[in-house]
Amino acid sequence: MMNKWYIEKGAEGDVALSTRIRLARNIADFPFPSKLDIKGKNEICSLLRGVLAGEGADDFKYIDMNSLTPSQAVSLAERHLISPEFTTNRDGRGLLLTDDESVSIMICEEDHIRLQVMKAGLSLDEAFETADKIDNRLDAALDYAFDDRIGYLTQCPTNLGTAMRASVMLHLPALTATGKISSIASTVSKLGLTIRGAYGEGTSARGCIYQMSNRITLGITERAALDNLRAITLQIAAQERAAQEVVLKSPAEEDKVFRAMGILKNARILSGDEFMELISLVRMGTAKGLFGFSLEKINELIVNMQPATINAAHGKSLEPSERDAIRAKSIREALGDDC
Amino acid sequence: MLCQNCGRNEATTHIKRVINGATSENHLCAECAGSLGYGDMFSGLGFSFGELLGGFLGEAPALPSAAQQETRRCKICGNSWQDIVREGKLGCAECYSLFFEELQPSLQRIHGRIKHNGKISAGGGVEAQEQKSREKEKAQKLAALKSDMKKAIEEQDFERAATLRDEIKALDG
Repeated sequence: MMNKWYIEKGAEGDVALSTRIRLARNIADFPFPSKLDIKGKNEICSLLRGVLAGEGADDFKYIDMNSLTPSQAVSLAERHLISPEFTTNRDGRGLLLTDDESVSIMICEEDHIRLQVMKAGLSLDEAFETADKIDNRLDAALDYAFDDRIGYLTQCPTNLGTAMRASVMLHLPALTATGKISSIASTVSKLGLTIRGAYGEGTSARGCIYQMSNRITLGITERAALDNLRAITLQIAAQERAAQEVVLKSPAEEDKVFRAMGILKNARILSGDEFMELISLVRMGTAKGLFGFSLEKINELIVNMQPATINAAHGKSLEPSERDAIRAKSIREALGDDC
Repeated sequence: MLCQNCGRNEATTHIKRVINGATSENHLCAECAGSLGYGDMFSGLGFSFGELLGGFLGEAPALPSAAQQETRRCKICGNSWQDIVREGKLGCAECYSLFFEELQPSLQRIHGRIKHNGKISAGGGVEAQEQKSREKEKAQKLAALKSDMKKAIEEQDFERAATLRDEIKALDG
């Protein structure tokens, strides 16, 4: 089986887990999805399917969202291949996916087309080039809703213009521990970017994993938005590394990292929240070379140990207690049981 | 942290309110958050993202008169400007043409700029895009030649002006 993109470790991989480019597109002469009936949505699904689905090397497999179990659907969201909203109402919605899951296209989410390319590490140019090529393929076959003055037309005016959202997923345990993250968040917002927790909702980011993306899409070129995001990512990565040096010099903090590894290797029951807290510490230790594991292995665990992804792997919806035991067992196997 | 309401479950919903500069924080478990109406943070607080954005759009100065606008409806999706303000989103591509003027102030506020500067849709094919970029190039070249010609005339370099005029003629064909 082809390696999934998220198992790879890319450039700046100690801090940047992944890069995502998302393009929103609509087809002219069809109302946007919120005003479109099921018949129209199905029509859009088959249009897209006609252009991209097939058996060729550059082709996609098509998934009717209604054909999935709830766990399978939520698992796709946990792997960040679709939005959580896309799993709620699945009528008239389709998904185009490549084998390595690096490219996914949500059909009839907020816009007719939400094209998303994921790459490991910090890889904005490469991800954009892939997205651009697929966009050209679609543009040649479909009539896009586009206006010379305000660019690609989207349901929400916040996406107008390039309709491109570029984001990097960042693991920032030391900046979180030292409380610097809130001042970073307010600084990047002045620079036209936004940063928020990548997993779950609420005030804190689970596992200290954040998503930083461009906010402005109108009046700026794709290239300029990418350069801006890259420059700031590199600065934050440098700050995170410096903060990790400081944090790990403290015996109490270093102890936390090793204790986290101790629990992960020995626990019999692990909730999702506890797992994310511990794996974040272990990931920081791994990035600093304290353990003999690869970051790829840790990244894979973070993805595969999310609740619905465990359910989907077991082909049924598990009770939380059952799932917590399975999670603990899989982690012991992955990291090497002490006993 | 335990839920402040029931004191039993782990608090997973954190509500931070800033009212007139005074901050208050509440921490609730999923169950209590749901029963107290915070299940969906935005709708629980009485506004959805759409409504929030709608409020933003609604700040646009009322153009003609409210009564006149109510009668202007998009032919494709049936939206009026009032519908767009209420929902915070547009119904179809046509709405952008119909309500272009009304949208300008909010676009300025959201993006700071109101002129697209990115990729251009081919409008049905790569050839169309190439054609478009050729035309753009030609227009730029023409503008440059014309300004050079004007300059040459001002400098009374009529020989050069004549050459430029011929070039313009040839290009403009």
